[in-house]
Amino acid sequence: MVISTPHPYTQNPFGTTISADDICNTLSFFDSWEDRYQYIIDLGKELPPIDDSYKDEEHIVRGCQSQVWIDSVYSEGTLWFQADSDAFIVKGLLGVVLAAYNGKAPGDILSFDIEEYFNNLGLMGHLSQTRGNGLRAMVKKIISVAQLTD
Amino acid sequence: MPVRNIFDIDTVRRDFPILHQEVNGQPLVYLDSGATTQKPQCVIDAIVDYYSSYNANVHRAAHSLSEKATARFERAREKLAHFINSTSPREVLWTRGTTEAINLVASSWGSENLKSGDKILVSALEHHSNIVPWQLVAQQKGAEVVPIDVTENGDIDLDALDTLLGEQVKMVAVSHVSNALGTVNPVQEIVQRAHYYGAKVLIDGAQAVSHFPVDVQSLDCDFYAFSGHKLFGPTGIGVLWGRENLLEAMPPYQSGGEMIETVRFSGTTFNELPYKFEAGTPDIAGAIGLAAAIDYLNRFDRQEVAAHETQVLHYAIAKGEELSGIKRVGTAKQVAGVYSFLLEGAHPADLGTLLDQQGIAIRTGHHCAQPLMERYGISGTARASFAMYNSVEDVDRLFKALAKAKQFLL
Repeated sequence: MVISTPHPYTQNPFGTTISADDICNTLSFFDSWEDRYQYIIDLGKELPPIDDSYKDEEHIVRGCQSQVWIDSVYSEGTLWFQADSDAFIVKGLLGVVLAAYNGKAPGDILSFDIEEYFNNLGLMGHLSQTRGNGLRAMVKKIISVAQLTD
Repeated sequence: MPVRNIFDIDTVRRDFPILHQEVNGQPLVYLDSGATTQKPQCVIDAIVDYYSSYNANVHRAAHSLSEKATARFERAREKLAHFINSTSPREVLWTRGTTEAINLVASSWGSENLKSGDKILVSALEHHSNIVPWQLVAQQKGAEVVPIDVTENGDIDLDALDTLLGEQVKMVAVSHVSNALGTVNPVQEIVQRAHYYGAKVLIDGAQAVSHFPVDVQSLDCDFYAFSGHKLFGPTGIGVLWGRENLLEAMPPYQSGGEMIETVRFSGTTFNELPYKFEAGTPDIAGAIGLAAAIDYLNRFDRQEVAAHETQVLHYAIAKGEELSGIKRVGTAKQVAGVYSFLLEGAHPADLGTLLDQQGIAIRTGHHCAQPLMERYGISGTARASFAMYNSVEDVDRLFKALAKAKQFLL
């Protein structure tokens, strides 16, 4: 969908007021897993919920442990994603992903190294296939959307 | 006379080297034995010994190493036959695991014995691997897979079974123990009722064999399937036990070397049981490793081991009742090995992550039993599953970690 007026998705704090660098900086301050995961859970609370009408077959990314829904819009050369999950930590991790991708040109999305990003955050385990939390599948979906619009 | 070891949890734990490590900076508490059990050192040693001193292909060569490998491989089959009280090792087929064993029966027995209008009953508790193979063969044959409902407690509804049974029912496929809830099903009773109508019975014993002794003769079932890796053995090896007359009448499942008697372009004749069903080079190391696991279990009085496991499981159930917000899923009359639960207001996946940070390994999700989850109107559960090496201290660590996770999520 191509739009010309500001869309609510472009108001997502992730990718606007919360950047990937912000998340990297904040996480690097924490020593304990308790602080790190409290922060991720808190990030999830900032994630705007996806409209219930998008919680359908077309927008679902299935994991065997939790589910993720994702929708996207293309606006003035940039892509914006709205994502949601039924699990708190996964929601926070979606925020971490969207902070890196939201408001970026498709080409920038394709050249971004998500593995390195998660590695630097010490969250690589969550991107692994074994977690089955839908996060990896969601990243794949974002990349395929970027490929289609690039 | 073999001397039995007295069951002592500290000694047993020392036999499993993997348990003695830190995960995420905390001593590991492994509560995912329902997914796969850990291996005692003797199993690891048996595999290393096979590859380092007598690795050779079985049943083929005219040399001493092959003779030794073949002898050990066939001795492993005899041990497994004895383990489930089979009348003959000819009834013990090696498979890759429970999944392949069920696929073998569904495909081979199903292709000869199912026709349009026939019914296959499976319980609503089943793992996908005891549902989907039946759906595939049913589709091919125009037969139907019909679920047997479970009660709110998580017991198979025997009245529902009686209603469904009839002469169109050709197969009843049920688990001995539910992987998602731990329900111990009254399989002997189910066999009796199914046989009355002439139906065959396959029992998925994947979650049963490590917890209590299984006797296929007294169960009177027709097929019994289980995996080595859930029985302290290696991955990639499993067993299908079947009644000799049924196996004799069944066509081969896969074809290739080993399973043939003579091959001519005009026609091929097949090897005798059990080789008819064992095409290609088998998992020799797996069979030898699994036999070592059986030897390990047989060091103990299995009733003593079962009593220890029951104590640990019931301790977990009692602890769950003390921690507010914890809701046990499935309260069947008899349970083994599994404590499935929810923390009200929290997603199981989040619990799994926060427990992992505290060194506790559990499984979360639908446990490959989506129809069962649907029956309860939930997307999944958190599951702590136990084996002989788990202690009450493990349960204490679990609940301490759960209390902490609760602070984060609620």
